[in-house]
Amino acid sequence: MHELSIVSSIVESVTESLEAYPGARVKEVRLRVGALAAVVRESLDFCYGIATEGTPLEGSILVVNVLPVVMHCEPCGQDVELDSLQSFRCPRCGEPCYDMRQGRELEIEAIEIDEIDAVEEKK
Amino acid sequence: MTTRIVELRRGILKKNDELAAGLRDRYTAAGVLVLNLVSSPGTGKTAFLEWTLRELKARGARVAALVGDLETDNDARRLASSGAPVRQINTHGICHLDAEMIGKHLQDWEGAELGALDYLFIENVGNLVCPSSYDLGEKIRVALLSVTEGEDKPLKYPTMFNSADAAVITKMDIAVPCGFDRETALKNVNEIRPGIRIFETSAKTGAGMNEWLEYLEEQRALRG
Repeated sequence: MHELSIVSSIVESVTESLEAYPGARVKEVRLRVGALAAVVRESLDFCYGIATEGTPLEGSILVVNVLPVVMHCEPCGQDVELDSLQSFRCPRCGEPCYDMRQGRELEIEAIEIDEIDAVEEKK
Repeated sequence: MTTRIVELRRGILKKNDELAAGLRDRYTAAGVLVLNLVSSPGTGKTAFLEWTLRELKARGARVAALVGDLETDNDARRLASSGAPVRQINTHGICHLDAEMIGKHLQDWEGAELGALDYLFIENVGNLVCPSSYDLGEKIRVALLSVTEGEDKPLKYPTMFNSADAAVITKMDIAVPCGFDRETALKNVNEIRPGIRIFETSAKTGAGMNEWLEYLEEQRALRG
């Protein structure tokens, strides 16, 4: 249950990037989360509501793009996507895979914001 | 009102990763081998570490340990009986250690300055989920599993076992009464982390511990 620390980092990071857009409100935060990142979606959503309260992120939607684990299979000479996390073997040839190419990502990909237009600001 | 999409591409744990990279550089410069021990609560990390510290010390190695728990300094006091410098980190509710806590507890540690150590062990908070995301700058992450926990633990917690560099099975002295299926356990660890070194140990009888100590000495010779 470290989702609260993760969400706090997201709020901190996004708030920081908003400095370039004064007064902007966040509509959506898009994450890239590897299947092996040890993050539980439900806890993330639960904590997100709490952690964003009173911040420019309040009311925004959290979009989580889950990335499957991709391993490099030596015998096949190519990257392969694992069907499950129960076996780190190549789904094509059945040989064990040692080299992970994707699956531990935990990053903010992008944010969607509503900017206040210069004209509007003058009103 | 204008809607705009801002690309960030920013690691959520970037701050921890940066601090961990800084720690890793310090460990390397000091020539100390750092290990991060992770397991469920009750696997026997402390007994295993107590034994390891005592034996390494007897072999003339300079060792120290940081131990993480939510509350109490019971583990630090147990480990200190080995004669090695030990510091307790109380996380007060936080389910894992992070690089910032490690950096803070390494400060002003008389007798355990990094340059004066051969090995530094970090006993993480008992938890098989969250500590997997937090790099502490360690060279070797050791996942421990006891014979009482069930052979399918690695399958249930692939995120942790896949991130480990070595695996230790503890409490082998009670494997038989527990009905521990050794073959299945080894196979499961290997499915999640193919080729990983697995040590079958008992801190009570000392079984398997020599192999573990030899591994540590090999790894220390490799460091740098």
